[in-house]
Amino acid sequence: MIYNFQILRYFSNIGKKTPKICIVGAGAAGFYCAQHFVKRIKDIQVSIFEKLPVPFGLVRFGVAPDHPEVKNVISKFFLTAEHPNVEFKGNISIGKDVSISDLTEAYDYVLLAYGANFNRKLDIPGENLPNVIPARRIVGWYNGLPEEAGLKIDFSSEKVAIIGQGNVAIDVARILLKPVDDLKETDITQHALESLMSSKIKEVHLIGRRGPLQAAFTIKELREMLKLKGCGTYWNENDFVGVESVLPSLERPRKRLTDLMLQSIKVQREQYSEKKFFPVFYKSPLEINVLNNSIRKTITLGINRLEKTDKGDTTISLTNTREMLQSDLIVTSIGYKAVTIDSSLPFDNKKGTVINQNGKIDNRLYAAGWVATGPTGVILSTMTNAFNTAEVICKEIEKNKTVWDKPGYESIRNKLNKANIQVVTWADWLKIDDYEKKAGQRCRKPREKIIDYEKMLEVAANK
Amino acid sequence: MALVRTVLNLRKTLLSSETLRRLVSVSTPALDKKEIRVTFLKANGERIESKGKVGDSLLDVVVNNNIDLDGFGACEGTLTCSTCHLIFKKEDFDRLPEKPTDEELDMLDLAYDLTETSRLGCQIILSEDLDGLEIKVPATINDARDS
Repeated sequence: MIYNFQILRYFSNIGKKTPKICIVGAGAAGFYCAQHFVKRIKDIQVSIFEKLPVPFGLVRFGVAPDHPEVKNVISKFFLTAEHPNVEFKGNISIGKDVSISDLTEAYDYVLLAYGANFNRKLDIPGENLPNVIPARRIVGWYNGLPEEAGLKIDFSSEKVAIIGQGNVAIDVARILLKPVDDLKETDITQHALESLMSSKIKEVHLIGRRGPLQAAFTIKELREMLKLKGCGTYWNENDFVGVESVLPSLERPRKRLTDLMLQSIKVQREQYSEKKFFPVFYKSPLEINVLNNSIRKTITLGINRLEKTDKGDTTISLTNTREMLQSDLIVTSIGYKAVTIDSSLPFDNKKGTVINQNGKIDNRLYAAGWVATGPTGVILSTMTNAFNTAEVICKEIEKNKTVWDKPGYESIRNKLNKANIQVVTWADWLKIDDYEKKAGQRCRKPREKIIDYEKMLEVAANK
Repeated sequence: MALVRTVLNLRKTLLSSETLRRLVSVSTPALDKKEIRVTFLKANGERIESKGKVGDSLLDVVVNNNIDLDGFGACEGTLTCSTCHLIFKKEDFDRLPEKPTDEELDMLDLAYDLTETSRLGCQIILSEDLDGLEIKVPATINDARDS
């Protein structure tokens, strides 16, 4: 008996002598890194820690509900999570429940992939007035992010101004202008759907600092706006002076995007629609003022001029001309940024990224995805960055002659047990997943997301 | 109309089931269809010879033959990513029967290493005269493009 026990111990110790990696954040970057680790190294143990009880980060909470195809990336994440060498551990807040030094002690490598979940601020007077809301919060609200479930947005007036022209700004514009019937069978949260049903919005202005040749949205998103049912797109022809003449010199993606805008201008006078989308260029918000203590607001916009720098780049400079735009709902969408989760991390607060070189922060400490690169690019960019960073770690593992005797998750589990924290495993998430899909079936949606954090934990704990 | 909706819903249910999706191959089996030879040339010089059937897309060929291409076909052929970007020889590109749609070009515009003969694999359907096709797979990994 004793002999058998020793044999068992011997074998389980062999099992333990493998490199152990933990990934902080179960979004696209984290999953693509995990996918690469288990593909490249046969004997490896990967723990993925997630702050929320549910996985997938912005694929679940960022991708617009009317873009379900984009979420197909999740099927690969399922395969990765169910790989025998990968374990998902949800509802663990790194930096709060567990510190980075706990992780570096327990694991051979620590990879931060927790994204950029704060929004940049305009830093102008009036930014904190009621119904001036960051796009990030609105996206979280319609996508079921628990912390935004209670967000109150007033949709009772006709005109909306969105500051910023990236794809997040376009997503918000589209959700606000789209016929609400076309959202009913998506996984949009029920509270958002009900608010949008009584929305009075007719006009969305999409305000950019620079010109059409610097537009931040991508062509797919613009084309979708141009085809939006019941909504016309209107441009200011003055913004396009001289644009047609530079068209031939542009690279293909920029050329096609610019050409699409020019084609749209040609037909804008022929369209009639109840709802209107106005992309406007060369304008910077300077101040938001409220009128007589009401919800009525005006934005003071400074008119910009494009200039060439000595290096040949283009830059904008503010002219003395001002313009007023009346708008009761103002959405700020000027980008995301990461914040530090542990005071021991070297952090560039201005850039909103952890300081790293090709993903490396320090010995055995790495970062991938938006926390490392900054919040730009499509899923392909995050995937490529994740694969590249994971590969750097794989090469180090191959060179490393250590005995790989770190305890891995075991020591973290002890700590979590002591603190009485409910860990959500992959099997627990499958219960949440199933619960949401069943709730969705009743209203013809792919799923009805649980928006309450406690409810998620309750379903996860179901037998 | 009701029938169409039922079929669509059925398809939705099937597609949304992760397990089924992994068990069922993307294309429908057809025994009488001719096999088409396709060679993928990876950026590291590796040649992968494989076969598909008439009517398969190049994404189907990669999925059905378990060809190991990092991150290929992330959106599963729904024209919302550009991970199945492939580069054709000029003469092959010119004889592809279907020209790219605006939507395909929109996604290609976001691809790395975009060329004049680039296409998305999910949009290329195999026909008999494409037998022997050789296609380049652009590098995704280790190309040190990211900062």
